[in-house]
Amino acid sequence: MELAATTTSQSFPTMMGKDVARSAADEIPAERTRQTVGEPYVKNPRMSCRDVYVYYGDACAIKGVNLDVGCNEVVAMIGPSGCGKSTFLRCLNRMNDTVSSCRVEGSIHLDGSDIYDASVDVVPLRARVGMVFQKPNPFPKSIYDNIAYGPRIHGLTRHKSELDHIVETSLIKAGLWEEVKDRLDDPGTGLSGGQQQRLCIARAIAVEPEVILMDEPCSALDPIATAKVEDLIAELKEQYSIVIVTHAMQQASRVSQRTAYFHLGNLIEVGPTERIFTNPRHDLTEAYITGRFG
Amino acid sequence: MSTQTENNMEQNQNTFGVISKGLKKRYRAEKIFKSLGFSAVLLTIAFIVFLFTSICFNGYSAFSQAKIALSVSLDADKFQNENIADANFPGIIKDSLQQMFPEVKSRNDKKLLYALISQNAAFTLQEKIERDPSLIGTNPTIWVLANDDVDMYLKGRIDMTTAESDRRIKDKQVQWLDQLKRNGQLKTVFNTTFFTSGDSREPELAGILGAAKGSLYTLLITLALSFPIGVAAAIYLEEFAPKNIWTDIIEVNINNLAAVPSIIFGLLGLAIFINFWGVPRSTPLAGGLVLTLMTLPTIIIAGRASLKSVPPSIREAALGVGASKVQTVFHHVLPLAMPGMLTGTIIGMAQALGETAPLLMIGMIAFIVDIPGSVTDPSTVLPVQIYLWADSPERAFTEKTSAAIMVLLAFLIFMNAAAVYLRKKFEIKW
Repeated sequence: MELAATTTSQSFPTMMGKDVARSAADEIPAERTRQTVGEPYVKNPRMSCRDVYVYYGDACAIKGVNLDVGCNEVVAMIGPSGCGKSTFLRCLNRMNDTVSSCRVEGSIHLDGSDIYDASVDVVPLRARVGMVFQKPNPFPKSIYDNIAYGPRIHGLTRHKSELDHIVETSLIKAGLWEEVKDRLDDPGTGLSGGQQQRLCIARAIAVEPEVILMDEPCSALDPIATAKVEDLIAELKEQYSIVIVTHAMQQASRVSQRTAYFHLGNLIEVGPTERIFTNPRHDLTEAYITGRFG
Repeated sequence: MSTQTENNMEQNQNTFGVISKGLKKRYRAEKIFKSLGFSAVLLTIAFIVFLFTSICFNGYSAFSQAKIALSVSLDADKFQNENIADANFPGIIKDSLQQMFPEVKSRNDKKLLYALISQNAAFTLQEKIERDPSLIGTNPTIWVLANDDVDMYLKGRIDMTTAESDRRIKDKQVQWLDQLKRNGQLKTVFNTTFFTSGDSREPELAGILGAAKGSLYTLLITLALSFPIGVAAAIYLEEFAPKNIWTDIIEVNINNLAAVPSIIFGLLGLAIFINFWGVPRSTPLAGGLVLTLMTLPTIIIAGRASLKSVPPSIREAALGVGASKVQTVFHHVLPLAMPGMLTGTIIGMAQALGETAPLLMIGMIAFIVDIPGSVTDPSTVLPVQIYLWADSPERAFTEKTSAAIMVLLAFLIFMNAAAVYLRKKFEIKW
């Protein structure tokens, strides 16, 4: 338990009459975490999640989360390790379906229709909600084929020229075109880590998704590559909704419009990024962003 | 502050001392382990070298064969009959030997003289004349195979110090052979018969081609059945099957099947393929079916292991752009798992190539002279041929046995080389 580990040697001022630092996470009264503080809802949401519970077997990993993702905004999800933010992210494109013990309850709507409805096919859903993973995972194929794979399997193009066009625009949007345009036939795995991650982003946007999910996209990158990816996120926001999980709070404050703080499966607080970082309303949020745990 | 630094330094020294003390022991353990491993490798190499040299030493002579020149007189009056085959070819051969050694008179001596050449000589002559009837009326010289005992004597494989009555080659025969050698009528040539004919009771006529082709057909059947079935089963079990008690039971059973004695597969094949389905017995088809049963577990286990070793990030990447499960598996996972699957398959095939016991059960041990032309012709396979020859009493079959083992090893080396090549070729760098 990180909370306990970081608090043993230091003393903290008490907040709201309770010594948060000393109380183990389990001791936090349920009524103080059940209700999300802040503004989880937006007007005209692209995705809206209501009462989402996620179970791994008998263990409850997400406990009743309500959250909206607006159009053309970046929502950052922060929180200590194991708080469920990645699990929640993976619910948004039903990536958790591949985990056999995983069960999702509640409703998640994309453009007004429930993605967990029995009639929904995950294949087109994942084309609409793209995903970028923590570790760059290009296919062991050429750069061109990496980008072209999605459009090919979905049959988005009829001619080679259209496909060439998609590959080019995706790479341009991902800011990778200038670096790789002369070696599209080289293996994508031969690129540097940062380039690979931008290749993965290009691969995700090649199928024209509406939402892009990013699971700690910069945690394996050096600061320069991180800066490039962050710039890219800021540009992509103009066209897509982006949900990003991050451990770096500076990154959250740099790239996102809204920030959601998760704690042990509960969504503690949601709000405009600036307010969350300057004036958190919940004491757990404050403890986290001031570096007391996590 | 300074005392604290000193304390720290002292402590560091202590720690360093403790570590240094243990170092010697650690390095010694490392050295012992390395030398143990090295000697294990040396021992293995020694065994292999011993095996190979002993086989090669016993078998190399099988690749040469003694031939004797006969000058035959093909007078036209011997071919009065329309049909050439009606002529008395053994008689012509005997006459020719008689002419060469006119001093041989007694019945017993004649028998010994005729025993110098192979029974096949008459057929060789007949074939020659049928191919070229213009030879009739001339006195051509033809080279015929020497008898296996003569061949053995010439290769020095008969102990001439034993009493004459105990030898397969008598002193008189040795004299005649010396005479033939002097006249240039005896030579040793490359043994093409060994590579172009099927089995025979006569060692000088026995060849490996029938068994090699039988093995080839059997393996083709095995490969054609076990590779697609095995790979499909591995993919289904690893990627699609739900993880529950039934798949656990299946997994345990597959692992068990891999350890079932092969003779039981032979019995199963006899009962089901031959008795129930009516597959012709003693054929590569039946053999291939039985060996498929035997090879499947190996391929499935190797296939599953190589599918497991494909990193999950590739699956996630494909699913993330909206690939379906089947597309993910066939576009991304399978190509990465293929080298491992091919290696497993070829190991299974090599095992099948050397398998003898189950094939005995389905009749592939039969003595078959004809070279199989298809998978439904009766045939035998290389390991069974080795077994048959090793069991034959003639001295000359010893070298044939070793030569057949060499051919089998060549097959195996070829297959393993193919495995390495395929793995290198399909390996995806990343």
